[in-house]
Amino acid sequence: MGKRVSLAWLFGINLFISAFTFGGGYVVVPMIRKYYVEKKGLFDERELMDLAACAQSSPGAVAVNLAAVTGYRVAGRKGMLIGCVGAVIPPLVILTVISFFYAAFSENQIVRAVLRGMEAGVCALVVDVVIDMGRAVFQEKNRLLDILLPAAFVLVFFLQVNVVLVIAGSAAASFAAGWLARRKRNGTAV
Amino acid sequence: MELLFSLLGNFLQVGLFSFGGGYATIPLIQEYIVEGQGWLTYQELTDILTISQMTPGPIAVNTSTFVGTRIAGFPGAVFATVGCVLPGVLMSVALYYFFRKYNGIQGVSDVLAGLRATSVGLIAAAAGSILLIALTGSSELGQGSGIGAATAGVFAGMLFMLRKWKWSPMLVMAVSGGLGALLFGVLGL
Repeated sequence: MGKRVSLAWLFGINLFISAFTFGGGYVVVPMIRKYYVEKKGLFDERELMDLAACAQSSPGAVAVNLAAVTGYRVAGRKGMLIGCVGAVIPPLVILTVISFFYAAFSENQIVRAVLRGMEAGVCALVVDVVIDMGRAVFQEKNRLLDILLPAAFVLVFFLQVNVVLVIAGSAAASFAAGWLARRKRNGTAV
Repeated sequence: MELLFSLLGNFLQVGLFSFGGGYATIPLIQEYIVEGQGWLTYQELTDILTISQMTPGPIAVNTSTFVGTRIAGFPGAVFATVGCVLPGVLMSVALYYFFRKYNGIQGVSDVLAGLRATSVGLIAAAAGSILLIALTGSSELGQGSGIGAATAGVFAGMLFMLRKWKWSPMLVMAVSGGLGALLFGVLGL
């Protein structure tokens, strides 16, 4: 399992990440990279992509799935539970509180201004991580992967194709391509 | 008690069928929570989406907390939230376990490699959507009110700091929030 971390660290870091991920599940990926990969060296960037792929291929909130699967990766079943609980507590508490003060909160000009600025910052974070991960995928020099990455982007962003179809399609395509390549190799060997 | 299990059951279904995260949850919340159970009005659903924009945390968890609290207090929030996160959490860990265990089998590692590339494409698509909303105020291409120069400036500045100086995500959030207060709040852009 590689390096181990304490459950207290895992709980704390998940609370912290969850409390500051404005703008949806994908912002968790750069946060995980910063603390699990760069600071603690618990796994490398390639494995982060594997974990993100599992979290995204499953239903529900990607942020919580990722907290669970990274927790499982670094500390087994206990880690999965602690990662989840840590990730769920901040929104649970914040939303309970905010629902009482919703009107005042949403009409405050400064609150709105800060959130608009953060929206732009969040975009920069996600684009930054896409550049690094995209580069890592293209470095594998696999023609199928070079097609799958931009295809997923175009299908979902421009054509609004259902994400389940894109994930299922890419799984089927990569399995078929690998199978065909192996058959061809075996064929020429005989 | 019956109510708590009803919350759990309905949110389990929301959690089980909402592939794609984030906005993919909305149609399921409509089907099960708004139309099916009448636990939420459309106006309240819109309010929750606005709150979700402004606070951390996934839309699914925010909705389950809000609905659960209203229907059955704090225990309701816990049951509803457990319901909506459980299917995804179990499935992602099961997938990871499966891929790691059978990674020696060529077919399995082919699929994982493909999913890895697709996952980056999906993150890129999400980046495109949130960038579009931040810059034009609309999630549809060509529907917004032009590109906000101040927002574009904050985005470009933060991206530069990330690439060139390796700023931490927290620093980016703090600085972009501060710039937002200055540009949109004080200067009124």
